[in-house]
Parts: sequence; structure tokens; C-alpha cells
Amino acid sequence: MGSDVKRVWNSLELDTEQRLKSVAHLVKEGKVVAAEDAVALLEGVIRPGDKVCIEGDNQKQADFLAECLCQVDPEKVYDLHMVQSVVSLSTHLDVFEKGVAKKLDYSFSGPQAGRLAEFVRDGKLQLGAIHTYLELFARYFGDLVPRVALVVGYQADKKGNLYTGFNTEETPMIAEAVAFKQGIVVAQVNEVVDELPRVDIPADWVDFVVEAPKPFYIEPLFTRDPGLITDVQVLMAMMALKGVYAEYGVQSLNHGIGFATAAIELLLPTYGEELDLKGKVCSYFALNPHPTLIPAIESGFVKSIHSFGGELGMEKYVQARSDVFFIGPDGTMRSNRANCQVAGLYAMDMFIGGTLQIDKYGNSSTATANRIAGFGGAPNMGCDAKGRRHSSGAWLKCGQEYTVQQGEIGPALTRGKKLVVQMVETFGEKMVPAFVEELDAFKLQENANLDIPPVMIYSDDLTHIITEEGIAYMNRCANLQEKMAAIRAVAGYTEIGLQENPNETKALREKGVVKTPQDLGIDVSKANRSMLAAKNVRDLVEWSGGLYNPPARFRNW
Amino acid sequence: MNFEFKVENPKSIAKDWSHLGVVGSGDMEVLMEKQDLDGAAKVKVVTPVVGFDKVWNMVLEKFVQESSLGDVYLEINDNNATPIVVSLRLRQALAEANKCEVGGVN
Repeated sequence: MGSDVKRVWNSLELDTEQRLKSVAHLVKEGKVVAAEDAVALLEGVIRPGDKVCIEGDNQKQADFLAECLCQVDPEKVYDLHMVQSVVSLSTHLDVFEKGVAKKLDYSFSGPQAGRLAEFVRDGKLQLGAIHTYLELFARYFGDLVPRVALVVGYQADKKGNLYTGFNTEETPMIAEAVAFKQGIVVAQVNEVVDELPRVDIPADWVDFVVEAPKPFYIEPLFTRDPGLITDVQVLMAMMALKGVYAEYGVQSLNHGIGFATAAIELLLPTYGEELDLKGKVCSYFALNPHPTLIPAIESGFVKSIHSFGGELGMEKYVQARSDVFFIGPDGTMRSNRANCQVAGLYAMDMFIGGTLQIDKYGNSSTATANRIAGFGGAPNMGCDAKGRRHSSGAWLKCGQEYTVQQGEIGPALTRGKKLVVQMVETFGEKMVPAFVEELDAFKLQENANLDIPPVMIYSDDLTHIITEEGIAYMNRCANLQEKMAAIRAVAGYTEIGLQENPNETKALREKGVVKTPQDLGIDVSKANRSMLAAKNVRDLVEWSGGLYNPPARFRNW
Repeated sequence: MNFEFKVENPKSIAKDWSHLGVVGSGDMEVLMEKQDLDGAAKVKVVTPVVGFDKVWNMVLEKFVQESSLGDVYLEINDNNATPIVVSLRLRQALAEANKCEVGGVN
């Protein structure tokens, strides 16, 4: 009331101005800073306690800028709060070791999951939360706006326009959040050029451009060698196609990255054709450009694919199929992780993927006791979007079978349900059971001092479990007791499966809550690799008419 | 490990003997041989894995019951096959062993 102190309403802007001024001498031309000055640049634009985002996901990585952040003087830059999609490079944790960073909010960590757990235990790192991608992006527009973002692209011009191309991924999401909240965006690129193929990020969202000494690291994460698909995976793929895809007429979907879904992709032109499914299933995908989908695309199954990211070797093939993929006016694809996650959440009728563990209630997780891995986008793909208001055949049928819902909203309303399918062999490698009494997530919760156990998909979202023993139609179960019986019926020789009551299973089979391969009319002895449309990577290259160019490690001919 | 199972009205296999599978990692091979065993199905399992005798017994018993197999001697060489791989290979081996030699070309 009547204070003489005048409130400053543009403090962020003023602070940013000051920071930019302090590094102005490092700029060569336009917005270009030399690689050898990058550490000094970061020391100038980042202040202690800042929220900082290093771009990177399960594919492309701003690896050079991550290295530079490790080299800043911890006397000048410290206590940073890192907000980033993944923790997958050793540098992502080295910054905590060196005292540059203190707190972490993230989504997924693959190879660093064990070390991350150690850091949390030893108090070297304060863990905020483990998010889904979309959830973390959402917080970039709420309470976790990064003050500085270190992003990555293929090319930039001197003005600072970026070409992120095939692997655009999350750059637009990060750059927009930061640039429009007066933050600072530093981009590493493979090369600075005079003219870009197209502009993915406009120059006025970018403050500095650094040409990295070597091209950014990128992982061919979604390439599955058909040569490694087993007969059991073929069997489960046949069950999935007949018992779920055909049964519900699933037209729009997302596939997880495992071999089980790769087997489904490779069975579409063979078994799928035999079941007369062309045009009836798999028309629309939210999916990375999986090489194993090439035969199904070539056979005319797929109408459209929007991608989270790119996939090494698929550039030319994708470019030559612009009716199917999202291609820019320059002729190359633009992926977009946030948009594709939104499509996966709202526009897809089904998610089908794998997991490490399912408990006796049907909750599943890939968390193990000593690795804080996170789930990336899986929980968004693998959940029923409660805000969905458009209908489709598969969504409606799944909802009609989910009679539990009437107990919540009354009998008069019709509401659908997304199909969320987990495909697991009852025993994984080294005879580790997939069905367990209690998820390892609880042990991790204790070890890492988390508020909640990291569950990937909750039982109330899960609608189907497919194992080699059969399909459990969880959406058709009247209550948790029946769900647990259905799980026991498909859990094979695991401790959970051995608790099966044969009479109970018989009743569930009669009701169509559980279906064995026999119930589905599938001859188990016919399930073998000869049904795959491509049996190795070379076959995929042939299907693509030579357009697919697999990375060297997948070329064994 | 040795097992023996007996079912009502047992059927033997069409061929005198049949072989299927390779002892790759996570896989197994099985040799089926027609023998006069007084209607029984006998199984010998060679495996590096210990502690799963009970599961072997259940998987084999289920297979023999479902296929009403008798007067057959099975020799299994296992290399860490999971129960589903075992039952899949057994079913494939049985289909192979019952193929008619003359008309069974495919």
C-alpha cells in the first residue's frame, strides 16, 4: 500500500540483457561463437541456481555442450537445477560430481540408470521427479521453465536460424519455452552454412550458435534385426493380430520398441494378409521410422506415420514415401517428440509394448531395485486419456466391454477406452519371471527415497496382457479378483501362474476373458520364423528397393 | 534327468525317428524315437540349468497329455530354453515326426 519501491516487471529481461552483454566479445559473426569459446560462453550466460536444460533424448544428444558444461568453473557456476528429458551420457551425471549441478528433474535414463541411483543414494544429486516426456515438457511451461537451454541441430546459418530436420524431436518445445520467457538458447550444430534447407527454429529464438568439433551423437535405437526374432515372438505376434488387432479393428496405434512388436510389423504382410486385415487395421501410427515396418508400408497397410524422432538409415526411404510420413517443403521429414506424444495420447486407439515385470494385480514396471531408469513416453502412450471426446470403433468396443466404468458414471452414458496392451513372455532372459508377487519398483522407491514407486502402467489403464500362454482381456473383468485370476491364467510356470485354479481358468475361457492360442484357432506348431515378411536386415533393404541404408553394425552380409 | 508319463489310449509317432532344433543359447534340440515302451513316453533331459526339475515335469507332462503320446522315447538337449520354447519345440517336433513321408512335402 503506497510503497515507494517501484516494482520491476521485466527483471528476467534485464538479467538476460546483462548476461548477453557479458559474453558479447565471444561472438564472431552474427550469433556464431567458436567451439573453443563455448566453455567461457556457458560461464557467462549461466548463473548459480539456474534451471538449465540440456537437450537430448533416446536419440540425438547435445553432447558437445554437455561436455562444455562439465568444464565450467564450479566456483562461478554451481547449484544448477537440471531439467532435461534424459540422463544418458556420462557428462549428464559428471556435472553433479563436479558440483556444477545439484538437482535433477528428468524423464528417462538408459545406460546411466545404475550410476544415477548411486548418486541419489550418496546424496550427490537431489532428485525432483521422474516424469513422462510430455509431463516434463508441460512443466517447461509451468514451474520448471529453463533459464538457459543447450539445444542441438544439424545446421545453422550465421543469423541463428536452425535446421533440425529429420531429428527435430524436442528442440521446438524447449526453444519456445525458453525464448518466450526471456531465457537464453545456445545451439550446437554440425555445421554453420550460408543457406539452410528449411528453418525449423527461427533465429530470434536462438541466442548463440556453436559449430561442434564433431557431429552430434545419435543412436539407432529403433532398429530391430529380424534375424533375432524368435519363434515364440512370432507366436505372440500371431495371437496379438488375431486376438486384438482383428478383434477390435485397431486402426490407429503406437508400437513399443521391442522384438515382439517388430514381429507384429513383419507379420502384417503375411499372417495379416491371410486374416484379410489390410485396410482394417494399422492405418495410422504414432511411431519412429521403424525399419521393420517397411514391408507393411510397401504392402499397402499403412496410410500415415508421425514420428517422435528419426532413425539412422531411414532418411532416404522416408523421404521417398511422402504420402506416409510428415515431410517438409525441403523434402525431408520433420519429427516432433511433443506433437507425436500428443498424437499417441489422444489420437491413437492402442498402445502395445513390453515390460520387465507385471505384478499379480496387473501393474507393470521396468524399474529394478538399483537402477533409476524412468519410462520416457510409455506412460503417456500406455494410458487412457480421460479428456478424449472423439470416438472410433476400437475405442468404443473396448469401452463397451469395460463394464466397470458404469459403476463410476452410471449406466446411461457410452464411453470408450483406449487399448493398452502389454506383451511379455512369462520368463525373460536367464529364466527371470515376468510375473511377480511385488514389483521391484517398491524396492527402488525405498532405495532412492521416492514418494511413489515408479510404475510404468497402472492396472486400471491396462486392458490386455499377451503372453505365449494366451491373452487376458483385462477390460472384460468385473473386478480386481477376476483380473487377478485372468493374470494367473496367462502367467505360465511363474510362481504367479502356478497359483492358477484350473476351474477358474476354464470359466474365464468360457466367458472369453482369457483366450489360449487354441481358443484363437492358432496352431502353435506353425508359429515359426518362416512367417516373417523379412528374415534379416538385408531383406528389409530389398523391400525398400535399396532406399533403406542400415548402420554398419546391422550390415552382416 | 529322466521322466516317464503314461496316458490313456496312447498314440506313437508316424516316423521311426525325428529330430528338431539346435542347441543354441536359449534353445534346445529334441530327438523323438518310436520304441515299444509298454505305452509309456520316456524323456531324458540333458540341461546345464539346475533347480527346475518340477517345471520340466509340468511342461513335459502337459505336452504328453495334450498329444496323448506313448511308445516314444524323447531325448532333449537343452541350453537354457524357457518353458515356452520347450513346449513350442516339442509341438514342432511332433508335427515333424507325424508328417507323412510321401505326401508331406511343403
